[in-house]
Amino acid sequence: MNFSISLTVNGVRREIELDDPRVTLLDLLRERLDLTGTKKGCDRGQCGACTVLVDGRRINSCLALAVSQDGADILTIEGVAHGDQLHPVQAAFIAHDAFQCGFCTPGQVMSGIGLITEGQAGDDPERVREGMSGNLCRCGAYAGITEAVLEAQNTLANSDQRRSA
Amino acid sequence: MSLELTRDPAHLRHGSNIGQPLTRRDGVLKVKGQARYAADNHPPAMLYAVIAVSTIARGRVTSLDVDAAKRYPGVVDVMTPSHKPPLAEDPDGKPNPFAFKMELLQNDEVRYANQAIAVVIAETLEAATEGAALLSPQYHIEPARVGLDGAESYAPPVVGIGNPAEVRHGDVDVALAGASNRIEATYETPAQYHNAMEPHAMVASWDGDKLSIDTPSQGMAMAQMRLGGLLGIPPVNIHIRSPFLGGGFGSKGLVSGPQVLGIMAAKLVGRPVKLVLRRDQMYGPVGHRPPTRQTLRIGTDGEGRLTAIDHHAKVTTSTFDDFYEPAADASHTRYASPAIKTSHEAVRVDTGTPLFMRAPGEATGSIALESAIDEIAVACGMDPLDFRLKNYAEVEPISGKPFSSKALRQCYAKGAERFGWAGRPLAPRQMRDDDGFLVGWGMGTATFPALMFQAQARAVIRSDGSGVMESGAHDMGQGAWTALAQIAADGLGLGIDQVEFRSGTSDLPDAGIAGGSAHTATAGAAIHNAGAAVIAKLADLATNDEHSPLFGAGNAGVIAREGRLFRRDDEARSESYADILTRAGVAEIEASGGGAADPAAQSSYAMHAHGAVFAEVKVDPELGQVRVTRLVGAFAAGRIINPRLVQSQLFGGMIWGVSFALHEEAVMDHRSGRILNANLAEYHIPVNADVPSLDVLTVDEHDPHVNALGIKGVGEIGVTGSAGAVANAVWHATGVRVRRFPIRIDDLLTRL
Amino acid sequence: MMNFDYVRPLTVAEAVAAASEKGATYLASGTNLLDLMKGGVCHPSRLVDVTRLPGLDRVEYLADGGVRIGALVRNADLAHDAEFARAFPSVAEALLSGASAQLRNAATVGGNVLQRTRCAYFYDAPSACNKRWPGAGCDARHGENRLHAVLGWSEACIATHPSDFCVPLVALDAVVEIEGKSGRREVALEALHRLPGDTPQRETLLERGDLIVALRLPAEARGFAAHARYIKVRERTSYAFAVVSAAASLRIEQGTIREARLALGGVAAKPWRARAAEQVLAGAAPDAAGFREAARIALADAKPSGDNAFKIELAERIVVRALTLATAGTPARIPALPGSPFSSGVRHVA
Repeated sequence: MNFSISLTVNGVRREIELDDPRVTLLDLLRERLDLTGTKKGCDRGQCGACTVLVDGRRINSCLALAVSQDGADILTIEGVAHGDQLHPVQAAFIAHDAFQCGFCTPGQVMSGIGLITEGQAGDDPERVREGMSGNLCRCGAYAGITEAVLEAQNTLANSDQRRSA
Repeated sequence: MSLELTRDPAHLRHGSNIGQPLTRRDGVLKVKGQARYAADNHPPAMLYAVIAVSTIARGRVTSLDVDAAKRYPGVVDVMTPSHKPPLAEDPDGKPNPFAFKMELLQNDEVRYANQAIAVVIAETLEAATEGAALLSPQYHIEPARVGLDGAESYAPPVVGIGNPAEVRHGDVDVALAGASNRIEATYETPAQYHNAMEPHAMVASWDGDKLSIDTPSQGMAMAQMRLGGLLGIPPVNIHIRSPFLGGGFGSKGLVSGPQVLGIMAAKLVGRPVKLVLRRDQMYGPVGHRPPTRQTLRIGTDGEGRLTAIDHHAKVTTSTFDDFYEPAADASHTRYASPAIKTSHEAVRVDTGTPLFMRAPGEATGSIALESAIDEIAVACGMDPLDFRLKNYAEVEPISGKPFSSKALRQCYAKGAERFGWAGRPLAPRQMRDDDGFLVGWGMGTATFPALMFQAQARAVIRSDGSGVMESGAHDMGQGAWTALAQIAADGLGLGIDQVEFRSGTSDLPDAGIAGGSAHTATAGAAIHNAGAAVIAKLADLATNDEHSPLFGAGNAGVIAREGRLFRRDDEARSESYADILTRAGVAEIEASGGGAADPAAQSSYAMHAHGAVFAEVKVDPELGQVRVTRLVGAFAAGRIINPRLVQSQLFGGMIWGVSFALHEEAVMDHRSGRILNANLAEYHIPVNADVPSLDVLTVDEHDPHVNALGIKGVGEIGVTGSAGAVANAVWHATGVRVRRFPIRIDDLLTRL
Repeated sequence: MMNFDYVRPLTVAEAVAAASEKGATYLASGTNLLDLMKGGVCHPSRLVDVTRLPGLDRVEYLADGGVRIGALVRNADLAHDAEFARAFPSVAEALLSGASAQLRNAATVGGNVLQRTRCAYFYDAPSACNKRWPGAGCDARHGENRLHAVLGWSEACIATHPSDFCVPLVALDAVVEIEGKSGRREVALEALHRLPGDTPQRETLLERGDLIVALRLPAEARGFAAHARYIKVRERTSYAFAVVSAAASLRIEQGTIREARLALGGVAAKPWRARAAEQVLAGAAPDAAGFREAARIALADAKPSGDNAFKIELAERIVVRALTLATAGTPARIPALPGSPFSSGVRHVA
């Protein structure tokens, strides 16, 4: 049974023929669309390495059936920077050494962007820690991750202020 | 050519790269999702392989419904013991001490749960996954032997890598009999699994008898040797790409069975194959830290001076191979005691073979020893830091050797000062925060040996003045791409942007294994030496060329700095690399260098990194939930190549210590031998909210003996000391001494 | 994951018809179902994707003061709905104490109510489990069971219900609206989940084809907004299932508890309403002795199902804590660590 779905991935609308309803959004991205930046750490919604934004919200792409995302707007790690211009979360991750092996990093960055968009954490480190707790990092880069998200949030808030001023 | 570094080289290189807190050179790739890990590869015509694993821990597979799997649309083939490519070598053979047995479908025997019993190869991942499920294996089941009491114990022949299983120094029994203060306590640590975020992956392509693979490896040259032997092809025919590992922690040090199965599957079907372990499949064939039960007997004289440490560890190993966690060896180096005995016993159980996991022996042993030291300090009525200072080891206790360097006293002092240890009440359960939580402070000593393996590097200087450094190193997150490039730049007397650092593939000079916290030291020494060798060649060219301002400087020597050679006795005379090579009409010059331990220094000195970790925990006085609120670590680890990366490594290790003390534990069904939390939801590793405040200090340490660069390594020491510090802080908060790890709510609840 | 037939109906009636076939099941966000399917625990032959059904993704404030929460409302959206969090703060706190931000963004409230147990033996396909295979036996009963049920369990099953959300909901008399083959009906959430008895495979009252379309909280539930907390003990600070949790809601007037609502999580196959404890609290002063008595009553019927006697003691203490914190008052904002003991002081109970 074939399914035709339409997804906007990193700003590009794509018509996708799926020959199998079991394909998860994660496997679609990685194995069929060659967007391998999104990582599979557990495939069961327990680590956050596969975090992407769907319609602006961070989710675990391993627990989302691709076919059910028909019509959705997907943002993956590949769509975050503008060429050489890193997203403030990406830049802050480098500045704060918010990763070691880098495997969880795409998910952490997407989760950080999602967290800032949600607007619930503010500049409270404890709320950032809680809000980033769905992204495991076995290397233990949590201190840098928290600092990076706080700094990026600040950067984005300031640029918003400048824009609205 | 290869040239070994002497301690007073004729030609000096000066650079400002080592010691700089550079950001990671692979940082942009990693934050953009462009760093290519093994499973990100997808060669043309690639198929997907999925392993079917045993659900029993011991017995035989009596049937597999291969037809059902093969009939499934998209399934291409099913690899089983009766349908597989031949191997050139028995995978149960032991060609060298680092060859561990692996299950490669050679027979129907099952020796642990999650062992591979077949491989399904299909056009899609979904079809391969379903095909594996359709195999519906039937078994002849034998009772599983589970846990530390699962079988008769025996004395292992050796522990760790060839260490004696029992070591005696003095007579602990006599000393204990005469001790003024004595404790005896038994501690238990659980089975733990590495759980690198990246599952083990293999993408394999064959071309005749040549094999090209993408796979995460902490030791490509050893993997080539092992694979070459198994597959019957020359190791040089195997090209490994491992530019980035998504964490290793020891689990990717040796090539594992499932990785080899991916290669065999590609051979079987004649097409490239990708095989990635599922998370639950990582609980078996890729090593683990075995459970331990450790008994410590410690005695002191009337003034709190240690008179005896007797550290006995019972560990498990597999039924079919030999790896023995050297847990008791943690007592060899830490505290001065006239009598020390360490001993081990082992039990064979139906699990995969335990292997090296971040700080093997040191982590398990140190949480027990540091807890016991805390207990004896209490018995002596002494502050735990005072006790440690009183029993400070000026020479290595077990061997009597002097330390190559040991700034532990400064670590204690600086760490204690930063933490504010001085205000700590001696008795437990004395501190509460404003919200009413019990607060406790604990500490632990950290040590890890400063090891060296063997590595090679090749250096090139090109006529445009730039340099190349090649060494097939492994970046599993510690920052090899950055730290080794810093060493390379200084080794070549160039700015880091003038050096192309090539790494991460097996066709480069062997950088040795990334393990034992020794990779930066070993590969770094090779790089340093290769740089020296190529500069020596360059200097020869210049000083023998009468047109060079350096002509005749041979005896005085030159200094290489910022792409120029300077006459050592007259810095006004210098010439750029580019000019030297251009005039000589040479496009590039190259030289090689090696890094290895200095046996003379090793026989004369005990070499260890040291540290002190101070922990604050809060404990809910009624509910028993524990949270670490502060951790301060002070470490002396020789020369620091990149303080930013070193801080991250130490943070990571300290978080592993928190995890050891409070979180991680594999839970096994005692009847089936299956691990019940083979996932990341219930196998708890710390989340961000578990790590509120971390502070790392490094203490300057110049060690002239460990290696030419004075590097001791920081990859594992952070785990040691931290676990004990957290456990001791829980005692100090509550007055409850928990001797089973991780400390759980139920261990505290009714004793609060 | 076994293959399945995938359909995406556009009306509730079509959905119910499509799900009424044997082997069919509803798919909302899939955060639990896909996990179960990947683990070989569930093998539906048809997935009826309800995510496009119209009108089920709204939070409606009813004229009578109650609230109707469409089954497809995402956990995070409900928790961050300012009016909802003001009126039903313990529900919002419970939602935010569960899972991770990513899962809360995806998971629907209807799915949350129907999530399956985390019993390791239920998840471990080769183990005997009466839920998965009625009559097979329960390997948890004499297995690794320190986190299993202490209330309402049977020899056939000692699993617990893992939801945080359901705990305050059941305390606040939530009602479940169900659309089925024979039309629409309502049941109290408290009655939706069944205790295992001899038929642990029957986890709820739902019949084949039944679709939860909404949850409703009555107007009276707002009366507890000033004194409502959810407290959850976990084995790590976040992103972990409850060892034990409790939702306490009090209506306090002139220093006296007029009405109390109390429920426990992580202790039974269903969110556990502690009605007898509520009764002794009503009319009493909110003090430690009364809370301890209420806790004792709440756990009076508890017994260990294995190596989990500590959960009874823990549950009693968490009841006292939840009542104490509820008395102290609902915080102005949901704490940084929702549900965590570390998000609130304990000085006044120490």
